[in-house]
Amino acid sequence: MLFPPPPTQRAVPRIVVTGAGIVTALGRGWTANAEGFRLGRRAFRKVTLFDVRRQQATLAAELDLPTDPLPGRLNPRRAARLDRPTQMLLWASAEAWEQSGWTPPTPVSIVVGTTAAGMSLGEDYYRQLLTAPDRRRGQPTRALYYLAQTEVRTVAEALGASGSITVLSNACASGASAIGHAWHMLRNGSAQRVLAGGHDALSQFVFVGFDALRALSPTLCRPFDATRDGLTMGEGAGMLALETLEHAEARRATILGELIGYGTTVDRHHLTQPHPRGDAALGSMRLACAAAGVSPAEVDYLNAHGTGTRLNDESESWAIERWAGNQVQHLSVSSTKASVGHLLGGAGAVEAVVCLMALKGQWLPPQAGLETPDPACRFALVREPRSASLRIALSNSFGFGGVNATLIFRRWR
Amino acid sequence: MRPNVYITGLGAVSPAGWGMECLRSALHSGIPLPEVVFPRPGHRSQLKARLVPEQNAPAELTRHPRLRRASVLSLYAAAAALEAAGGTTAASADRGRLGVIACLQAGCVHYSCRFLEELLADPTTASPLIFPETVFGAPASHVAALLEASVRAETLVGDSASFLQGVAMGANWLVQGLVDRCLVVGAEECNTFLAEAFWPFEHGAILSNGAGALCLSNTPASPQSVALVRVTDPHPYVTPVTRASALRNLRTQLLGSPAATILYDGLTGGGRLDLPERQAWTDWAGPRISVKRVLGEGLMAAAAWQCVAACDDLAHGRHQQAWVSLAGSNQHALGAVFERMETP
Repeated sequence: MLFPPPPTQRAVPRIVVTGAGIVTALGRGWTANAEGFRLGRRAFRKVTLFDVRRQQATLAAELDLPTDPLPGRLNPRRAARLDRPTQMLLWASAEAWEQSGWTPPTPVSIVVGTTAAGMSLGEDYYRQLLTAPDRRRGQPTRALYYLAQTEVRTVAEALGASGSITVLSNACASGASAIGHAWHMLRNGSAQRVLAGGHDALSQFVFVGFDALRALSPTLCRPFDATRDGLTMGEGAGMLALETLEHAEARRATILGELIGYGTTVDRHHLTQPHPRGDAALGSMRLACAAAGVSPAEVDYLNAHGTGTRLNDESESWAIERWAGNQVQHLSVSSTKASVGHLLGGAGAVEAVVCLMALKGQWLPPQAGLETPDPACRFALVREPRSASLRIALSNSFGFGGVNATLIFRRWR
Repeated sequence: MRPNVYITGLGAVSPAGWGMECLRSALHSGIPLPEVVFPRPGHRSQLKARLVPEQNAPAELTRHPRLRRASVLSLYAAAAALEAAGGTTAASADRGRLGVIACLQAGCVHYSCRFLEELLADPTTASPLIFPETVFGAPASHVAALLEASVRAETLVGDSASFLQGVAMGANWLVQGLVDRCLVVGAEECNTFLAEAFWPFEHGAILSNGAGALCLSNTPASPQSVALVRVTDPHPYVTPVTRASALRNLRTQLLGSPAATILYDGLTGGGRLDLPERQAWTDWAGPRISVKRVLGEGLMAAAAWQCVAACDDLAHGRHQQAWVSLAGSNQHALGAVFERMETP
């Protein structure tokens, strides 16, 4: 029953991560990505998926899809129909699932954030409708697989997940929102196991859209750099296997980290621009800290939304400074979008996985490409790979349209 | 004890017109609204739709800076939300502690098609004004700006049954004290492109557009209030569960609820997509209302109209308890129980 919620439990359960899956332009899987993020590698190249010759920006963190057979139990015919975003989502989900060691019969719910879903299929559908309206071949499949819920349902069927399916689309905060929603589901007892995260693939529609807004960097994204000139797009997926601590301990699962806080707010300032002083971003971080019961001084690493646009980074810098107060100079901050670009609906989820990697490996993800730190940023930007003693990491995700989301993770010993 | 969640406001934009009064009178007459035919050169079969009348968008909306250039989808969502919230003055009394949940299936199809057209013609001149409006999150953003909601907003995407996921989400926010009131809006646009995409799945479908909204609160609006009794589990269509078996499971779960005096189903009067729902409720002996037969297949908007119509009938004392059955097209089935209550 979705409502009313199950009777109040004696104590709100703690929520832990027992699996994490990731696919980015740095590679497929935890190991390849952990190595890439730890060293601050960059994974950009000229876009090959569609024609960018007439755009201001031509680079993106485009990934090479694995050529191995897709994981799960889809028959070959159905597997062959899957578009890029669904494949990415399936790879990340399967990795998280496998790492968690989940087995039936406990149902697994899935919560996924996305911005564009199967947009490339929508583009193909539209092109064919315009150029050959009588040619119907492939059109029903495109129409069906374009839908976000079809992507997630496909993953559920591939993995044998029989729980609820939820799709959230809060623009660039979608992935973090999905993980936050899963956190609530587990805490209020409406689910026992949730696979949550986000994904998005490059599509011409979205690429041209951001280019039209002059939001894309004609060079490469340099978050928090004084010379920054925009964001660079990326693609991929990040998924977490989440469950209650009690449930994880009962089955002696390996725990990767604990999700201790989630906060979300709405920035009403403008459809595409954040509040210049970061009011809503500040609210989101404060709410997450309150939920987690931690103060800014206890946060060892902050994975910033840090897109590389003038407006976002200025607003977020203000928010971080106001939130951290006199601790700001000691706060280690980086934006890993400098390595894999902006994954839109996948960003918050991939960055959550990066936080878990950093906590587990005890290192700070450096921000590649930073040349001249913006003097307005008073926090300590991580510029070089280095080991560190990390206990708590915070991840910010701020969406087009104003939904802000903050996740806080704690190291698991 | 069941937590108290009341429906304190309703709003609708539908092919019947802008506002609850239009929806109410169309449903009471029970006569299917007139259809328009989308041009489809070279085809014998027609694409039909029932569309929202173009005039009469509330001036409060069209004058608002965030909505002047907004998509029709956002305008529908905002109009329904505004009506359900009781106007901007009532909403601002919440001092920002108003939650907004927008539920969409197809989303902003007009501007998406226009942007694609521009992109194909010349990607360097594609409009920066249109693109942001195509994002799924835009309607929730505009509604939040219009009604000064700053505490929480979400956009749920899925098939039409996801509207009840939104209702449950809002109700749970209230129970957790995260918001003081919550608007749950379902909205859709419709054009030839969408009708063409839907056609292979239901040849006789008559699509429609518009929005419906419920305002949820912990406190009743009047002594005769409508309460949300329950929202069932989602019954996903994940192999081996078919759409038909999911609907049977939904029916079984609703049978465990207090008896309803009326059913609001999602039947359109069509064939293929209706069949599993018709079979699941074949032995229903009580009265039923099929809003889509009158208004058309409005996807997420239609799911919202089903709930809005149920709550409206309860609020007017025409029934004591209503069940709503939402049979989504390709994700899941959900149901809900609403009840008329006398509150002290």
